[in-house]
Amino acid sequence: MDFELSMDHEILRDSVRSFAEKEIKPVAQTLDKEETFSYDTMAKMAELGLFGIFVSEEYGGQGMDYLSYIIATEEIARVDGSHAATIAAGNSLGIGPLYYYGSEEQKKKYLPKLCSGEALWAFGLTEPNAGSDAANSKTTAVLDGNEWVINGSKIFITNGSTDISAGSTVMCRTGSREDGRPELSCILVENGTPGYTAKVMHDKMMWRSSNTSELYFEDCRVPKENLLGKRGHGFYQMMETLDGGRLSIGAMGLGGAQGCLDMTVRYANEREQFGRPIATFQANAFKLADMATEIDAARLMLYRACWLRDNEKPFSKEAAMAKLYCSEVMYRCANHAVQIHGGYGLMKEYDVERFYRDQKLLDIGEGTSEVQRIVIARHIGAKCL
Amino acid sequence: MLPGPGARKEKNVDIVVLLKQVPATESLIQVADDGVSIKTEELKWVINPYDEFAVEEALRIREAQGGSVTVLSVGTDKAVEAIRTALAMGADTGVLVNDPAALGKGALATARVLAAAVKQIPFDLVIAGQRAVDADQFQVGPAVAEYLRIPNVSMVIKTELLDGSIRCHRTIEGGTVVVESPLPMLFTTQRGLNEPRYASLPGIMKAKKKPLETKTLADFGLDAGALEGPTARIRALSPPAERGGGRIIEGESAAEKAAALVKALHEEAKVI
Repeated sequence: MDFELSMDHEILRDSVRSFAEKEIKPVAQTLDKEETFSYDTMAKMAELGLFGIFVSEEYGGQGMDYLSYIIATEEIARVDGSHAATIAAGNSLGIGPLYYYGSEEQKKKYLPKLCSGEALWAFGLTEPNAGSDAANSKTTAVLDGNEWVINGSKIFITNGSTDISAGSTVMCRTGSREDGRPELSCILVENGTPGYTAKVMHDKMMWRSSNTSELYFEDCRVPKENLLGKRGHGFYQMMETLDGGRLSIGAMGLGGAQGCLDMTVRYANEREQFGRPIATFQANAFKLADMATEIDAARLMLYRACWLRDNEKPFSKEAAMAKLYCSEVMYRCANHAVQIHGGYGLMKEYDVERFYRDQKLLDIGEGTSEVQRIVIARHIGAKCL
Repeated sequence: MLPGPGARKEKNVDIVVLLKQVPATESLIQVADDGVSIKTEELKWVINPYDEFAVEEALRIREAQGGSVTVLSVGTDKAVEAIRTALAMGADTGVLVNDPAALGKGALATARVLAAAVKQIPFDLVIAGQRAVDADQFQVGPAVAEYLRIPNVSMVIKTELLDGSIRCHRTIEGGTVVVESPLPMLFTTQRGLNEPRYASLPGIMKAKKKPLETKTLADFGLDAGALEGPTARIRALSPPAERGGGRIIEGESAAEKAAALVKALHEEAKVI
């Protein structure tokens, strides 16, 4: 067993950490307060190369392994969840399906601009009445001559309605299978297509400076060739995409937890009560020790799952475990962080307040913690429905 | 020994950056059991911040003029990471002098090794940090210039490349002074010179394919005996005394508090 990261992974971590500290941390609080997606930090993240990390150079990507992508996401999440969300959704959900299932023509058409970060692509899965029950999507696509005609809507879609959003991969019902269940297929829809509207969602509790959208399709017509991969493969594509996506949500939990710990150790060593730093009280120091221990376990679990993926071994169970565990570790770390910050932890002036809110998404997005437990239970042979 | 004008192309500027890997400034520094060195096992190592300015300035000059940037360091295997980081930022070539005989002999010995290594690389310009933030000696850059017998300008905050010379703005007490020097020359960096770029992800991938040579003293015709030992020896190392708690001066009015403060500064602290 070799637990040492490669030199390139270390250089990547140092560089992204330094970038996040200098370029994102100073603006994160204001962007969160104003619920603003920043095109400035987006451009800087793009310039650093944070989009298309695992895509081969041929399509404009960086040609790095999945672990590199996860470390980069972790380091951005260490200072801000919203920016990490833009990267995680951009890579795993936007770029991922196009890269893995797209035709050569589709890849050449879309990937270079997505990998350079000039444009963003979204992933339309969740619907108002199809969340955990994603297979029960109601959005339909009917083939009419050489065009798909799409009707329906999607909700909570990251990166769908920025000024640079170029389109979405939309999961639609394209018919019925022989067993009577819906046939699901993924179809590419470019922003600006008549009948397609992407609308920004406001008043979020968390990830307030990331872009979240509702997508509406009213007799929206796209060419037949916009089908992604094979007809009827939509659900498998979505499930595979989510396996990878779970690793990036895990990275957000891990990075967020680490950010909570780093801020809280500093605070506990500086803040004095009863004439001495509050870190000297075991009640606080033990919380910090628990946080560090859980973070270490989370990191090992997440990196192992990445290692499996990078080595082309099955990783679906491990990805679900890592997503579940990293999310819950961040939940506990954010809770301890606010507790140790006391009254100040409840104020927006302190970043832990934002981390406490941002954390909650991780238990819900890309498969709730309950769904992860179902996935894990089935993998270990439990007869879980 | 020095490269003549014929050794380089017109206008292109070949630059050597002297780089040292140092403990990260936020590291927790602890004295080792021997009492004369620090514990290094758990330290995080980074490029000396002043050397990062040097790498950045070299890249900017190369981008404007054409030419090449070679990063040169004396260190152990772990210094490879610092050189690779500079290559990921955009430097072209790395050279690591990794020889036990070259280590731990002090600033002047390091400067001799670096000068010998620089002589093997065609150069117009050598850029170094004004000092390394670990030992804070301010010696290596100017000493390398002396060994190379080229001009040295220290603490530079702005450069302008002219035809065959360079204009450097350097800080002095209370102001800046502008000096011009013919090439080849060496200058050292001061904070404010530039804002170093991040090693980008594509840069990290490109760095994998860039040449990074490892050399020993024998490659420069130097033998260990030629390097004198350190000119100073560390007898004892101790962390600075911990800061005591503050004291709040009591008093009814501002005037009363001021009087009490003056009394304390004069009689107890004996500073006024």
